[in-house]
Amino acid sequence: MNLVSTLSTVFSSALLFAAPLIFTALGGTFSERSGIVNVGLEGIMTIGAFSAIAFNLTFADTFQSATPWIAMLFAGIVGIVFALFHAVATVNLRANHIVSGTVLNLMAPALAIFLTKMMFDGKGQTAIINFNFAKVDIPFLSSIPVVGEILFKRTSLLAYIAIIVAIISWVVLYKTKFGLRLRSVGEHPLAADTLGINVYKMRYAGVLLSGFLGAIGGAVMAQSITLNFAHSTISGQGFMALAAMIFGKWNPLGAMGAAIFFGFAQSLSVIGNYIPFIQDVPSIYLKVAPYALTIIVLVGFIGKSEAPAADGETYIKAK
Amino acid sequence: MTNSMNGKLKGVIVALLSVILGLVMGAVIMLVSGHDPIAGYSAMIQGSFGDLSYFGETLRQSTPLILTALAFAVASTAGFFNIGIEGQSLLGWLGAVWCALAFPDLPKFILLPACLIVGALFGAFWAGIAGMLKAFFNTSEVIITIMLNYIALYLSNFVIRDIITDGKDATPIIPDAASLRSPGLEQLTDYSRLHYGIIIAVLMCVIVWILMQKTTTGYELRAVGMNPFASQYAGMSTKRNIILAMVISGALAGLGGTMEGLGTFKNIFTQNSLPGLGFNGMAVSLLGGGNPFGIIAAGVLFGALKTGGLLMPTEAGVPEELVDIVIALIIFFVGASYLITYLLDKLPAKKNALKEGGE
Amino acid sequence: MAEADYVIEMLGITKKFGDFVANDNINLQVKKGEIHALLGENGAGKSTLMNVLFGLLEPTSGEIRVNGQKVNITDPNTANKLGIGMVHQHFMLVDKFTVTENIILGSEPNKFGFINKKEATKEIKNISEKYQLKVDPSVVVRDITVGMQQRVEILKTLYRGADILIFDEPTAVLTPQEIEELMSIMKSLVKEGKSIIVITHKLDEIKEVADRCTVIRRGKYIETVDVATTTQQGLANLMVGRNVLFTTEKKAAEPKEIVLAVEDLVVKESRGLNAVNQLSLEVRAGEVLGIAGIDGNGQSELIQAITGLAKVSAGTIKLNGQMINNLPPRKITQAGLGHIPEDRHKFGLILPMSLAENIALQTYYQKPLSNHGFLNYKEINQFARERIEEFDVRTANELVPASALSGGNQQKAIIAREIYRNPDLLIAAQPTRGLDVGAIEFIHKRLIEQRDNGKAVLLMSFELEEILNVSDRIAVMYEGKIVAVVDPKETNEQELGLLMAGASLAQAHAVEEGKATAEEVTTLDK
Repeated sequence: MNLVSTLSTVFSSALLFAAPLIFTALGGTFSERSGIVNVGLEGIMTIGAFSAIAFNLTFADTFQSATPWIAMLFAGIVGIVFALFHAVATVNLRANHIVSGTVLNLMAPALAIFLTKMMFDGKGQTAIINFNFAKVDIPFLSSIPVVGEILFKRTSLLAYIAIIVAIISWVVLYKTKFGLRLRSVGEHPLAADTLGINVYKMRYAGVLLSGFLGAIGGAVMAQSITLNFAHSTISGQGFMALAAMIFGKWNPLGAMGAAIFFGFAQSLSVIGNYIPFIQDVPSIYLKVAPYALTIIVLVGFIGKSEAPAADGETYIKAK
Repeated sequence: MTNSMNGKLKGVIVALLSVILGLVMGAVIMLVSGHDPIAGYSAMIQGSFGDLSYFGETLRQSTPLILTALAFAVASTAGFFNIGIEGQSLLGWLGAVWCALAFPDLPKFILLPACLIVGALFGAFWAGIAGMLKAFFNTSEVIITIMLNYIALYLSNFVIRDIITDGKDATPIIPDAASLRSPGLEQLTDYSRLHYGIIIAVLMCVIVWILMQKTTTGYELRAVGMNPFASQYAGMSTKRNIILAMVISGALAGLGGTMEGLGTFKNIFTQNSLPGLGFNGMAVSLLGGGNPFGIIAAGVLFGALKTGGLLMPTEAGVPEELVDIVIALIIFFVGASYLITYLLDKLPAKKNALKEGGE
Repeated sequence: MAEADYVIEMLGITKKFGDFVANDNINLQVKKGEIHALLGENGAGKSTLMNVLFGLLEPTSGEIRVNGQKVNITDPNTANKLGIGMVHQHFMLVDKFTVTENIILGSEPNKFGFINKKEATKEIKNISEKYQLKVDPSVVVRDITVGMQQRVEILKTLYRGADILIFDEPTAVLTPQEIEELMSIMKSLVKEGKSIIVITHKLDEIKEVADRCTVIRRGKYIETVDVATTTQQGLANLMVGRNVLFTTEKKAAEPKEIVLAVEDLVVKESRGLNAVNQLSLEVRAGEVLGIAGIDGNGQSELIQAITGLAKVSAGTIKLNGQMINNLPPRKITQAGLGHIPEDRHKFGLILPMSLAENIALQTYYQKPLSNHGFLNYKEINQFARERIEEFDVRTANELVPASALSGGNQQKAIIAREIYRNPDLLIAAQPTRGLDVGAIEFIHKRLIEQRDNGKAVLLMSFELEEILNVSDRIAVMYEGKIVAVVDPKETNEQELGLLMAGASLAQAHAVEEGKATAEEVTTLDK
């Protein structure tokens, strides 16, 4: 293996694993910027993964190669509905955000497996999908010498879409009216209220966006990596996305950067065997690496002041 | 006094209504998905309380849940959201089995207590990491404990495969000297797998209750949990109390896992994903209102749901995952208790209004 | 026509929270172009009334008219549309946002949803020039002074085209000099045709700016008076409902040995700057030392360092001759310190715990309240009942949660707890904040009683009146240092104000004798 093809493998598999994390971390960013802590991202991803696979298997004949894309959007919509639970509980019913998020995490795998058994002859996991997000060459860019070979050949298109979504998310949060209002209810909901901003509506927007993006993250995971749905399809990616969001200081671009880093860490345990130096490292280290790195990073970055000031606080409107 | 009595009563009512609402929603799901809810729930009751043996299994199932629920309760009393019980209990399980296999020749009165203690210590150590990080670096315990869960999962699989065995997915069975097996309890419950663990669990509830309500240590833990600033002002060390709470919590969690290792399975095996002892324990604790006696009741209930659920696929064709959905729904209603208390507050207000109107 | 003279009429406003009646049939009529003061004690219902007017609360009954038209104000948006703007007591500012972002929030100039920053900045410049409200639109709010934050609050209302401005306790956080500036801003706003309602309990400010004054007491409307023809004493009597003594009776102090000696103390705040900067002071047995200063000049850090809650970076603190630098809080308490903390909800009480458990907060680990680590609730409750009786804490019993008590009674419980141990040094930080006149008098008496018993008392307060009344010596704190120690009998609010703003004692005297202006001496220092 020469250097270019090794680097190409490293980048493409890091991006492959990063794509679901980027989408989900962006979802988390919208939710927490509005002041609602969302540890339920894991559950949202699970529901997204299940919905995408179920849709994909059911409608593959109809939509052919467009299936994974439509399945992904379908999963996003299901994610919005699922996140509605969290929004109602935290915004209207004053539930502790972490308890409510945990309910999503308890509910999602149970519901998804229940439905899997109902839909697929009582089996606890689905068949492999025929149409998935295969690796592609990105037109024009992949023909750039060396750089194109490393970054844009046989790579995850979804990861590049995720990066574009991250940039759009940044613009939305920092350059638009909607973004300013969303951030204001996460920082000082009472102030926003006195200016006539509907705090509840903005928080719903934040949580539902996290449902949409988180479920897309799950759909990407299932349709480009695991290729079916089973109990362990989503195992910690939602939590890792949450950590990426914190590491990225609740900023879409930061979250994206952190997600790519975590994607790289996750990919190591898969491609480690092909890379010199790393192939000698016992696999337990590589498996544990992303989680341990998250802890180290969180401890290293002590300043908590970057979190939205009212993150996790229920806003109760006086009447 | 009437206030706190009212508060307690309200808590019980909220818990009961949450259970009822969760079960009703579960019935709706069964109906919608083309199952017969009556058949489903009959199977569940049959499978949990139907005969002595099933009842024994219910208690056996609730044993680790009571302990992990206590673990969650102790930590949250001190203001610490321990989502890491999952990993702490798994390591406790591992530690206890490992200890038992390492000293197969020790007599029972030494080996069994030693294994229990090692299980508790493994959990305490794992939780202590999160406690230290919180105390000294103020790192969010939620994320840290979640990450530690996954590290515990891979670590435990690694130890089973590469250290205890030679590439196998399960360890050998532990020696009898380390087993919690109780022929008496088995006989009493028509040969279920009920073991001495249930006695340990109930004993721990009593001890934790005394610790939290009757000692200065418990007073400090409660004070720090409710208001760390005022506690510090009054001369308590918040750092010490956070770490202490986590160590106690982790020890209880480790003990919960130990019940599976020394009682139910008598070995440990590799897992694809986290076994769920922690999150179910958290659910039990939330339903039990964090009170040790509430936790016993909630633990038995969830034990019954889990055990009874096993009969649902064969007897009523309902996938057993329905049970987990119902549990999640119950916790949803407990968490969103504002809904229930709001409605409860509305009811008497209406009655009073009617009375006044009538007079 | 006569009716239209009023821009705002609130008629028969009643607001209930459960069984509690916060506003009971209150009337308020504000004329166009006047400054109308709303006077009442803490808890009289002023803020509730204004929150009703601003649409944050729905009245239980009553009618509101704006410019003679009956209106239904359901939310702040409606209030804004009717031209009503509010400058809140606790500024409603997002401290991570810039001045511009704070001002435009909720009515952003935009193209297809994208904020048009240029237009926003231009508009803000226009308004700030018109009303002489100097601000820098591009800075982040948490980096600007309190005075400037208040100007941002005012600009927010003007940006929304408010004609009627409500000021809620606007001077509470300002220096005397900033207060003067605010007064002139208010006057110029009225000149430009705005009408102003100002909520306050400070009588001298009413005398200075207000045209008319509506007094409410315990949620009830008392009277509306013409300010020019009413004396301060008259206003005070209306507010409290009885004759008010402006000063606390006390004997002359008899200071004895030094109890607290602080030397060259340095305490850093969270960003690493010196909040307390080489400060020295001493408090003797039998005296009350008052610390005057504007919020944020290191007072809180000083007290936290003495009580062991903040780290001492340099210097020494001695209590009864014993070094207490960086000792754990409990050791310092045991060395003879009592502490009535600044923020009673954050530091003084554990609100969800029972009153008895709160009263035991400093002594729970000692016999007879506990034994070998086991609590004795019989003794704890008995102990609490005795303290409750002694300090007249009004409560159903000792088992209710501390949160069930009124602010004044919570404070009494804390004082009971702290004085019980008979500490050689009692630190009282803002002990009367938010309390009504009765509770204030009670607390002042207890502080002086402690002094008369030969104990040392360190009083920190932002209320100059309180400092002047209770202290035997006044130390003025500015930027982490004691800049002057003065005798309360030989000083006044004017001089203290200048000292608190950073002037030297000589400069302050120069201003009083007319040789310099306040502006000169306070800007010189910068």
